[in-house]
Amino acid sequence: MSGLLTEAFLSSLLTGAIIAAIPMLLAGLGEQMSEKAGVLNIGIEGMMLMGAYMGFLVAFKTESLWLGFLGGMLGGVLVAIVMAVLCVRLGLNQIVIGIGLTLGVEGLTALLHHFQFSRTYPRLPAPERLNIPGLTDLPVIGPSLFGRHLIVYLALLAVAVLAFLYRRTNLGMTLSAAGESPAALDVAGGNVLGIRVFAVLFTGAMAGLGGAYLANIGAGLFLPFMTGGAGFIGIVLAMLARGRPLWVLIGSLIFGAALSLTTALQVAGSNIPTDVIQMLPFAAVMLVLVLFGRRAKLPAALGAAYERGAR
Amino acid sequence: MTMQDEINAVSADTQTDAAASARPVNERSAFQRILTLTVGPIIAAFLLSAIILMLVGVNPLTYYGYILERSLLSGLGLQQTATRMAPLLFLCAGLIVAFRAGIWNLGTDGQFLLGAVAAAATAPLLVGILPGWAVLLAGFLLAAIVGALWSVIPALLKAYQGVNEIITTLMMSFLGVLLASTLVKLIFRDPATTVPQTRTLPVDDRLPRLFDTSISSGLIWGLIAVLAVHLMMTRTSFGLRLRMVGANPVAATHAGLSVPLLTMATFALSAGLAGLAGASEILGVTGNVPANWNPAYGLMVIPLVFLARFNGIGAIVLVFFYSALMIGSESAARRLGVPQNFTLVLVASLLICLGLGEYIDQHKRKKER
Repeated sequence: MSGLLTEAFLSSLLTGAIIAAIPMLLAGLGEQMSEKAGVLNIGIEGMMLMGAYMGFLVAFKTESLWLGFLGGMLGGVLVAIVMAVLCVRLGLNQIVIGIGLTLGVEGLTALLHHFQFSRTYPRLPAPERLNIPGLTDLPVIGPSLFGRHLIVYLALLAVAVLAFLYRRTNLGMTLSAAGESPAALDVAGGNVLGIRVFAVLFTGAMAGLGGAYLANIGAGLFLPFMTGGAGFIGIVLAMLARGRPLWVLIGSLIFGAALSLTTALQVAGSNIPTDVIQMLPFAAVMLVLVLFGRRAKLPAALGAAYERGAR
Repeated sequence: MTMQDEINAVSADTQTDAAASARPVNERSAFQRILTLTVGPIIAAFLLSAIILMLVGVNPLTYYGYILERSLLSGLGLQQTATRMAPLLFLCAGLIVAFRAGIWNLGTDGQFLLGAVAAAATAPLLVGILPGWAVLLAGFLLAAIVGALWSVIPALLKAYQGVNEIITTLMMSFLGVLLASTLVKLIFRDPATTVPQTRTLPVDDRLPRLFDTSISSGLIWGLIAVLAVHLMMTRTSFGLRLRMVGANPVAATHAGLSVPLLTMATFALSAGLAGLAGASEILGVTGNVPANWNPAYGLMVIPLVFLARFNGIGAIVLVFFYSALMIGSESAARRLGVPQNFTLVLVASLLICLGLGEYIDQHKRKKER
């Protein structure tokens, strides 16, 4: 193990942590808005996967990563529209529809991918990187912190923007009201269903972007079922963050580091089966839930459809 | 109010709605209601899926015709369909207990696989030591215990800490699937084979087949499980207590029920039945667990149980059609080159269309009032 603590190892560990954290960060930020508004968005896994598929497809056809990200957001939003219509407008059960949508997207993307690419898994070229002279040349942290694709910094910016939105703006208050006490918001003249639809669509866009990042930058290709629970981890992050975007960022970095450590160990030649290594992020989530689950704070009206005048 | 209360309040609402809909509706004919509630959505779902098939260049008529012919119109297909029902029925039974008690056990995949591994790890070793029936009994029992044990952490967290079980059971499911695969590769691996898998239970020692067919008698046990659970939840005082906890935990506490204990019992029953589902597949059909085997029946059954409105009889009917769909599409994957994943698309569109149908029905009834 003595050879582990080299500059190259640390650098790749940090890089891996960021690459693994960004999809979870985006999904977690998206889910947070849904939960704030009172919708438990279990369909986020499906939105992410659709984002990964569409994001990859667009990037592959147009050879533009940015259009790929747009395509990914669009993919996530498409799934979110179904979720919003069924669960917010029609008030169907959020958990069952969420699971159903996730399964449906898993099937659909695997099917489409099968007929488009058969068993070839084409790759995208490596992404261009932001190069900040001076900073990028720093040892260890240079290439990993300052040499990433621009989208990483936009994701970090989103944390700050959302924190501001939740704390300082009317929109943030309205969102919380829709989740804590929809009836009160309704009486005050707010549009409960409208704000919830907005929140679900936002979740779709963020999750889709996270999926597109996963496919286009994380992996460089699309694989059926490739999200593998990242969306669900996003739900946990949102639950534990108690409505604060910064905590989603911290949580996703911790999980990203755990993921990247395990990959790094694997590369370093330990002979633990991959199954055990893949268990670690989920085990970490369970550990966190056992230790801090009690402190997770969820909006009062989460999971319940709102219908005016219903008791 | 916690989130769970809210979900329960909603599900209680839908239950009273269901009761209301049982009363005769004079304004519209029963025929119209059946059309909006079942037949219409089913046709719509098949049409929607047909469009997707056409998009990828497959003739939907050929595909649907092939599935029907393969799974229901051929003797062998029908027997395979009946055999496939067994694990799905056990899973339905487990979900009905949980959902009626207001517990969202979404971790049945992990419980199923660990139950399967437990059965596959013990039964082949016991052959020759115990009589045949005792080998099977031991396998089933152990699977139920292991399945139930895998739900202990989510159960404790839910019962005593109020941690949302949706996420904990999902996480434990991911863990369970990976753990099952690890166990097969590292501990229960059959030294006699090159492919990593558990020891195989000889065909003669598996669950007996029904009459002269190839249908596993697991089907009978699965049916019994669903019916027993249905009766327990609707006809016994224990079932009533569980439903009270599901409908309104606060009221149940005030009525003197121990909500945490009943929550623990619900998890144990639900996850134990999921473990039995795994055992029924191993002891009845496959005889062993290959590494990385995960049929992922668990999440798929959730829409079925929901569509059956947590009703055992309805679930049996839906499971029959769903397993026919599975058997047909598995064969179609080989013959027509359409991946089995298409089943997922079909079930999801069915769920969406039936949900829409229900909404239209409710909407019309409200107008009539």
